Amino acid sequence: MVFQYSKKVMKYFLRPKNVGKIKNADGIGRVGNMLCGDIMYIFIKVRIKRKKEIIKDIKFQTLGCPAAIATSSVITELAKGKTLGKALKITNKEVIKKLGELPPIKYHCSLLAEEALDEAIYDYLKKQKRKIPVLLKKKHQKILMSEKKFKKKFG
Amino acid sequence: MLKNIKMKRIYLDHAATTPVSKEVLEVMKPYFSEKFGNASSLHSFGIEAREAIKKARKISSKLINARPAEIIFTSGGTESNNLAIKGIAFANKNKGNHIITSKIEHPAILKPCEWLEKHGFKVTYLDVDNKGMVNPKDVEKAITKDTILVSIMTANNEIGTIEPITEIGKICKKNKVYFHTDAVQAFGKIPIDIKKINIDLLSASSHKLYGPKGVGLLFVKQDVKIEALSHGGGHEQGLRSGTENAAGIVGFATAIKLAEKIMKKEAERQTELRNKIIKEILKIKGVQLNGHPSQRLPNNVNISIKGIEGEALLIRLNEKGIAISTGSACSTKSLKPSHVLTSIDLNDEQAHGSLRITLGKDNKEEDINYLLRELPKIINSLRKINPLKW
Ligand SMILES: Cc1ncc(COP(=O)(O)O)c(C=O)c1O
Ligand code: FES
Repeated sequence: MVFQYSKKVMKYFLRPKNVGKIKNADGIGRVGNMLCGDIMYIFIKVRIKRKKEIIKDIKFQTLGCPAAIATSSVITELAKGKTLGKALKITNKEVIKKLGELPPIKYHCSLLAEEALDEAIYDYLKKQKRKIPVLLKKKHQKILMSEKKFKKKFG
Repeated sequence: MLKNIKMKRIYLDHAATTPVSKEVLEVMKPYFSEKFGNASSLHSFGIEAREAIKKARKISSKLINARPAEIIFTSGGTESNNLAIKGIAFANKNKGNHIITSKIEHPAILKPCEWLEKHGFKVTYLDVDNKGMVNPKDVEKAITKDTILVSIMTANNEIGTIEPITEIGKICKKNKVYFHTDAVQAFGKIPIDIKKINIDLLSASSHKLYGPKGVGLLFVKQDVKIEALSHGGGHEQGLRSGTENAAGIVGFATAIKLAEKIMKKEAERQTELRNKIIKEILKIKGVQLNGHPSQRLPNNVNISIKGIEGEALLIRLNEKGIAISTGSACSTKSLKPSHVLTSIDLNDEQAHGSLRITLGKDNKEEDINYLLRELPKIINSLRKINPLKW
């Protein structure tokens, strides 16, 4: 396949921000892409500020292509300091926009980043025994299904 | 992104293509300008081109112990393979409609076979073992009364495994079926004698051998029944019409001559470098060698690295000026890992972390040392951001 990563994608790939794990994370999102086999984890720490839940800290770990690593980095930067509600609204389109461009064949990598963030928030809400927004629930079920297939394929 | 153009650049992807040798380029040049004639013309310009092509045919045939009239110049490995597969199929369809090949062939074999299946032919795609070897016994078992052609590559382009073509050639002869071999990766690198091995057709490509791109050849043994795919002025024994690419053909022949001269020495030298890379790389935790440990091309190393995605590794190495390739699903359009790697029973994770290094005549030991210094650092850094334990 022939494409070239843009300068911005390369910058994030070579020097990603927010890499690592958060010990005692409040929420963890674990997702994988069925087709290519890439895996992404996002960890969040939530703090309540003026009655709002804010993503105080966020980190990621990714096994994947340069686009997967770059989009992981971007989404963590976009989500950091945001309320959970606002973080849930971050889409892969926004991630791509921040990267300037992404080869179309790599769009699914940015989707993986969006899913990982959603899953981390889902995990947090679940642990807090809170009501899960309908949309998030739906997304979670979809991810769960593809994860089953993923496990079957990659073990 | 090469920030600094002067940065050290090391090319370790010679299975993809090779640079044109200076000598080859020099020999080619006049055929673009003063010796521009059409080899079919009767005047002196035509004679010049004709003579050059004649000489090239002789040189090319000598490398594999064939006769000049048995060499058909083409536009490359892909065309040679297409001509061999479809040309034999069409010319022999009254005899049978069955073709045998392997699962690890280049797409330039697999796609023509798939296409033929849509046109009434039957194709058996043989499995290979976990080293990438075709079992000659499987070839024999697969032959039926309808079989007209067996096509097994001389050596694989991804994992470098050298196939048992001597045995397969014997089986084909005994059973009176044509034997074609895609020798694109082996031609000029390891000795091939079409008389010692019973080969009826053989494909080769110039750009894998320090010749120009867009030139190749198909050896077609005398009396083999084959149809042309491209019809016109009847060039190349009527098998490939079209005014000959004299410059390309002359360049190819020069490359062949040079390859022949250095073959033995280079094979030894590259084998040594290859073995050094393998030995050192296997010291890194979670690395395995793909393909055959000894029956492999002198210039090929293919490994799987646990906890690593190949495309990320490729791009990181590229940042260090090192050019290699990967069979990772991430770097394909279909997001499917290489068919060769899955055929040798690698699971998706192993294919995901695959890396191919292919050496060339200009690679020096210091290039290899540089690779061996940089690679572990990059592996460590990528593994650090991997969420999984490996
Ligand atoms: C084994 C094999 N067969 C065929 C080809 C196609 O050759 P060409 O690029 O000259 O069409 C290649 C090169 O990619 C190859 O490695
Ligand atoms: S996440 Fe699979 S190719 Fe990028």
